[in-house]
Amino acid sequence: MRLQLSEEDEAFRAELRTFFTTEVDEGVRATVRDRGELTKEQIVETHRTLNAAGLAVPHWPVEWGGKDWSPLRRHLWHEEMQRACVPPPLAFNASMIGPVIATFGSQEQKERFLPPTANVDIFWSQGFSEPGAGSDLASLRTAAVRDGDDWIVNGQKTWTTLGQWGDWIFTLVRTNPDVKKQAGISMLLIDMRSPGVEVRPIELIDGGHEVNEVWFTDVRVPGENLVGDVDSGWTQAKFLLGNERVGVAPVGATKRVLAQAKEWAAATRSGDGTLLDDPHVAVRIAELENELMALELTALRVVANSADGKPHPASSVLKLRGTELQQAVSELVVDVAGPGALAFGTGDADSDLPVWARRSTPTYLNLRKASIYGGSNEVQRQIIAGTILGL
Amino acid sequence: MDFELDEEQQALREAARGLLRKRYADFETRRGTVADAPGFDRDTWSKMAEMGLLGLPFTEDDGGMGAGPVEVAVVAEEIGRVIAPEPFLTSVVLTGGLVAAVGTTEQRAELLGGLASGESLVALAHAEPGARWVSTAAGVRAEEADGGWRLTGVKEPVPQGAEADVLVVSAALPDGGTGLFTLAGDDDGVTRSGYRAPDGSRAARITFDGAVATPLGEAGQDQATAIAAAHDGARVAAAQQAVGAMQVALETTAGYLNSREQFGVPLKRFQALTFRAADLYVAVELARSLALWAAMVQADPGTSAEERSTAAARAWAQASKAGRLVGQEAIQLHGGIGMTAEYSVGSYTAHLTTLDHLLGDARHHLGRLAASVGDHAEVDPLG
Ligand SMILES: Cc1cc2nc3c(=O)[nH]c(=O)nc-3n(C[C@H](O)[C@H](O)[C@H](O)COP(=O)(O)OP(=O)(O)OC[C@H]3O[C@@H](n4cnc5c(N)ncnc54)[C@H](O)[C@@H]3O)c2cc1C
Repeated sequence: MRLQLSEEDEAFRAELRTFFTTEVDEGVRATVRDRGELTKEQIVETHRTLNAAGLAVPHWPVEWGGKDWSPLRRHLWHEEMQRACVPPPLAFNASMIGPVIATFGSQEQKERFLPPTANVDIFWSQGFSEPGAGSDLASLRTAAVRDGDDWIVNGQKTWTTLGQWGDWIFTLVRTNPDVKKQAGISMLLIDMRSPGVEVRPIELIDGGHEVNEVWFTDVRVPGENLVGDVDSGWTQAKFLLGNERVGVAPVGATKRVLAQAKEWAAATRSGDGTLLDDPHVAVRIAELENELMALELTALRVVANSADGKPHPASSVLKLRGTELQQAVSELVVDVAGPGALAFGTGDADSDLPVWARRSTPTYLNLRKASIYGGSNEVQRQIIAGTILGL
Repeated sequence: MDFELDEEQQALREAARGLLRKRYADFETRRGTVADAPGFDRDTWSKMAEMGLLGLPFTEDDGGMGAGPVEVAVVAEEIGRVIAPEPFLTSVVLTGGLVAAVGTTEQRAELLGGLASGESLVALAHAEPGARWVSTAAGVRAEEADGGWRLTGVKEPVPQGAEADVLVVSAALPDGGTGLFTLAGDDDGVTRSGYRAPDGSRAARITFDGAVATPLGEAGQDQATAIAAAHDGARVAAAQQAVGAMQVALETTAGYLNSREQFGVPLKRFQALTFRAADLYVAVELARSLALWAAMVQADPGTSAEERSTAAARAWAQASKAGRLVGQEAIQLHGGIGMTAEYSVGSYTAHLTTLDHLLGDARHHLGRLAASVGDHAEVDPLG
């Protein structure tokens, strides 16, 4: 055991810090800092800036752009990125389908898809969930039926995040209805410009449009777009969801928002002092800081123990607690905003209230999603209880 | 002590429920209503006026119905059940309550009469950027000029500020203290910029630039105590409104756990979920008890101003805490569908969150209560 980073890791971190704070567009970072919404162009451009510097897909195999970093370095990369208000590489590409194709795809698929996936020349969407298949993903019904070498797809996906910007969608489809439900699923890559694909928006409670329904009506998909063997999709899905679980614990971003919340509290009059002097607020912040520290240390401990590439069982802790703390900090920000939380963050409204205050409630409401997607927090508890505790 | 509503109060509840349900039984109607200006339904507002709801707490001399805090709470609960966007709480209870408390006979007749008949919408412009639920004003100043008064400064957020016909404005007086003034929303020197609050209701920034205004009540008088009391009255109604919203959010959630199937069984088979629904029930019932008690305290002529104020703080502290729990868990127990604007439950959470920051959250009120825990040995709801 040792507390300090090695000199090399220290230098590695300093280098990343410089890169993230000088090479990534300041406008993008300011938008993230103000908790605003990024445009597609901003997401794509930032991702490409990172990719050009070899910083978009460091966890991929080296031959496809990976870095072979130690788990600690990966952690530093992730943390520094969030601390600098740099939006992380597009998760659908970098954390989800990229590693799946690199692990399960054919050589042709790797050559065809991995470079444009690393560079977001293809903007991917995730087409797993269906109206009837959420936590019980394996009960999905979107069907793919053979037609010569092709597949004909019919059905509906839902909750497709940023599907309105998607070029391609990786889907789980039912290819065999006659076996145990997990055993009849395949993974198909579908070009969203194919005839018969329709994307319909879903409005969320914060008024935003970030998820969609995606409908498939007799969509013809070439056989070569099947990843892995027919009916083996569940294996790839589990692999992907395991990665997703680790990827969605945004400790660094939560730490940064908490630091901002302190600045905002210190700038807010309350009684004779500021809100930061209020013991009730200060204790709450101290508690959140301590919880976040415990989580970050757990993340460090867990990555250090997952050298064989398999997620450490305790990674469910990261998703579960990470999203809870993310939500708790967003709740704190609403409370710091106080009466200002009544003002909605419609960009063009004339307001004397700070932007962060006007965005506080929509952000709080929006982040309720964090404990629902990527395997809901109930599902995480199930994994802890079942897989780890044997209950 | 008796928690039962009398026959008249029950009839009031049935009438209010019938009217609001008729309009908002289909959640899509509410969604459509808040999407367009003015953020509520003028026809429903008129019907509420016809039913006497908009003049409920005002004396008959002032054009009202002469009812009290319990009747107000009854209506507020019905508003909360369908999260009706009509500004009963802010316009009738809060602003009307303040006018009733400090207005002159003529002002009460004019402003409350207009409010009760549904002809004119009044709004209280009191909150100021940077201020947190205080009963004083600092950002808007009043000056005496040419025998009249002029207001200068910014109020925000003002519920229904851009839609209101008449504004009641708090302002720092030249010799100290906080005065109250009225003027028309479209008077010279008043600039209004309205926007949606997170629950679809409306709020605004209002800039006063030497706007001519009339003192509400006696000119030059410090009205901070009346402002605080009016907010406490609104808190009690808000607590009941929150209880109504929580109750329906809970019912909706229980209904969903009954009908939604995953893994081949209804979600209600998972005790991890049903026990959490049970916890919500506990929270709602506790909040309801304090809210009803606080309404009785307000209605009882024997209670002191301080007792009424403490009761309001207690009721809202409890409702605020419960509202958060119910709002968060109702979405979580639904899964993705709870996040959508089309399905009702997320909007209940948005409303509970907005309400929570309108009149001071639990932390704020617990702070008030904490300041005086040394003054009493034990708490006794029976006084
Ligand atoms: C904003 C957002 C973005 C999303 N983006 C995507 C995307 O891009 N692509 C995609 O494919 N999907 C996406 N999802 C879908 C997400 O993965 C699902 O919402 C999630 O799997 C939960 O499914 P459900 O919503 O159907 O809820 P349900 O599965 O119906 O669950 C309802 C409630 O029951 C609980 N529950 C379910 N089963 C059990 C059990 N056995 N024990 C205890 N509790 C249980 C759940 O935790 C939840 O609280 C997104 C969702 C949201 C909200």
